[in-house]
Amino acid sequence: MSHHPDPNASYLESPAGFWPWLKSWLFTLDHKRIGILYFLGIVFSFGLGGFFAMVIRIELLRPHGLMLTHTQYNQVFTLHGAVMVFLFIIPSIPATIGNFVLPLLLGAKDVAFPRLNLLSFYIYLLGAVLAIFSLFSGAVDTGWTFYTPYSTQTGTAVISMTLAAFVLGFSSILTGINFIVTIHKLRAPGMGWFRIPLFAWATYATSIIQILATPVLAITLVLLILERTLGLGIFDPALGGDPVLFQHFFWFYSHPAVYIMILPAMGVMSEIITTHAQKDIFGYRFVAFSSIAIAVISFLVWGHHMYVSGQSLYANMIFSVLTLLVAIPSAIKVFNWVATLYGGHIHWRVPFLYAMGFIFLFLIGGFTGIILALLSLDVHLHDTYFIVAHFHYVMVGGTVMAFVGALHHWWPKMFGRMYSENWARVAFVLVFLGFNLTFFVQFILGSKGMPRRYHNYLDQFQPLHAFSTFGSWVLGLGFIVMTVYLIHSAFRGKKAPANPWESRTLEWQTASPPTTGNFEGTPTVTGGPYDYPRAGAAAGRNGRPE
Amino acid sequence: MSQVPRKEHHAAHHFDDAVQERDAALLGMWLFIGQELLFFGGLAVLYIVMRLQHPGAFVEGSGHLSWKLGGLNTAFLVVSSMTLGLAIRSAKRDEAGKIVPFLGATFLLALSFLVVKGFEYSEKIHHGLVPGKWFSAIGADPSLHVFFGMYFATTGLHALHVLIGMGLLVWLMLRARRGHFHSGYQTPLDLVNLYWHTVELIWIFLFPALYLVS
Ligand SMILES: [Cu+2]
Repeated sequence: MSHHPDPNASYLESPAGFWPWLKSWLFTLDHKRIGILYFLGIVFSFGLGGFFAMVIRIELLRPHGLMLTHTQYNQVFTLHGAVMVFLFIIPSIPATIGNFVLPLLLGAKDVAFPRLNLLSFYIYLLGAVLAIFSLFSGAVDTGWTFYTPYSTQTGTAVISMTLAAFVLGFSSILTGINFIVTIHKLRAPGMGWFRIPLFAWATYATSIIQILATPVLAITLVLLILERTLGLGIFDPALGGDPVLFQHFFWFYSHPAVYIMILPAMGVMSEIITTHAQKDIFGYRFVAFSSIAIAVISFLVWGHHMYVSGQSLYANMIFSVLTLLVAIPSAIKVFNWVATLYGGHIHWRVPFLYAMGFIFLFLIGGFTGIILALLSLDVHLHDTYFIVAHFHYVMVGGTVMAFVGALHHWWPKMFGRMYSENWARVAFVLVFLGFNLTFFVQFILGSKGMPRRYHNYLDQFQPLHAFSTFGSWVLGLGFIVMTVYLIHSAFRGKKAPANPWESRTLEWQTASPPTTGNFEGTPTVTGGPYDYPRAGAAAGRNGRPE
Repeated sequence: MSQVPRKEHHAAHHFDDAVQERDAALLGMWLFIGQELLFFGGLAVLYIVMRLQHPGAFVEGSGHLSWKLGGLNTAFLVVSSMTLGLAIRSAKRDEAGKIVPFLGATFLLALSFLVVKGFEYSEKIHHGLVPGKWFSAIGADPSLHVFFGMYFATTGLHALHVLIGMGLLVWLMLRARRGHFHSGYQTPLDLVNLYWHTVELIWIFLFPALYLVS
């Protein structure tokens, strides 16, 4: 590296000239800059996936299609799913917010392996390029689940998309390793395990899943590719293989992957709620350990995706019971967040609005998950729009709300600028309203028998489908408004103070934007992360660098 | 006893000291090995399911493999672990001249493993035992190709890991020649050692599972 940045200058400061500037970004080892690089990739992916979503909704305005052939429709919903899952939502919070915030939260100078961190970004980029190549070379039409034997037989670009998912998985594994080692080894002096901010606990649990579940997806996709190219008999029954085995393998990763998506969001919640309610978390250890509990249980429930696959009734019953168990640690978190608010000094700022939006939508997503965990009900709702609505409430209502909340919470830290609070409120209302308009009716559609992934449908479903489509426009408008004011803020926004929300965690105790070296000297921790003054008491001690 | 001045290693800027750096690197490698085991664990599950579904094919297919060649390869890997261990010992004792020869011996043993594997593969290809579209052998068991699908998938992925290990050994030799390893610093050697033991361990499972079925 020829350019050695000054550790005491803002991390955004670059050498003069276009090429030195570009080089300083592309070869950066600074976790904050790598977080920003991921952020750009992830926002692009969200735009791409969102575009496909809009096409799906417009196509479904009419019962017999509007502009796409059946195959094109299959391709569009597959691409929507694959891009949103592998390129956007799995890396969203860990790779952007996690990279930027985690070392700061721990009082560290960087992640444990900065070069590995940059490598995982480039692996992510390679995966993205492969996925986009797949778009233009006969886009895949199998659904994002790549079920065999269809995926070994269809003429569309299965290999490039599965290869993309394989490569992206590798990036995810390396990030997970980096974060676990960072949390173990690089905490500031005095930061014992129970003084770690809860976002770091959530990241830790997420990383465990990334490391232990992703390789199973990797081997599954390798075998799928081998079967498709060489004709190995592994999943295709005509060749002596077992297609249900593919489903077991796929969900052994992809159910835990749901928690790769939601656990970091839960971590974000704990940070936003404590900061904007100016209050210590209620039941720190319960919130921390419930993350680990969710990570552990997540490996034992994959069969709930396969109730109607022909697996044994006893397996179904066991998977059903285990799935219901997930509700316990999830509920612990929700109760503890609500209890944290009691007696707090609540500031209704935009990140807090998203936190409340998260709790409301996640509750609906969670409760409908309980409905789907029950065998007798799931047999009727399986593969209907009820499922579609359920997982969008968890993924969008949960993770995307948390991601956007986190973005607003840490934006002043990341870019050193404030955004327009009023426009941000407008965008929140549009997103929250638009989301519910789009997806709540899909519960009704599903319970009336509308199957998912169908291009054509019975005339009687048209009003509800049209309603959902109008909702998606409101949702889309919300994100457009957000894009405009955030871009404006990044260049023209008011300069942000070091700690605009008066938070106690360490990342706010340094400049906005932080210096390349993160802190002046090494911070020393003497108390819990949310040591907010109780009413009438003196200010706490924690969280100030020496 | 007179204290020989220990050679120093300077940790990267974001670590407090060399000990923290070393601990972090080793923990990272252990986590990586965890994901390797899950990766091959998926193959192990596949093996069990396939063997339960096609028991005859596994007995017949295993008969086509030479346990002598497999055993020879096992010996190569076991001895290579030893030579790698000796390279680390040489570094710890500041015997810089011995590190590269021991690493070189490890490399040659790994190469021998792949050469033997290559002979085995070419013999299978010759007999039409390549699975998939090119399978032309007629076995007593109609699903003989399932066994050879397993054989080529598992040993092929394992061989890829051996190849990566050889690349890492070359990297270590280049660094050793520049005098990077001494009594104060052997972390990269230890990391590759952990990786290499994992590759060996996986082979220890593969050998009986494929060569010694009947
Ligand atoms: Cu699931």
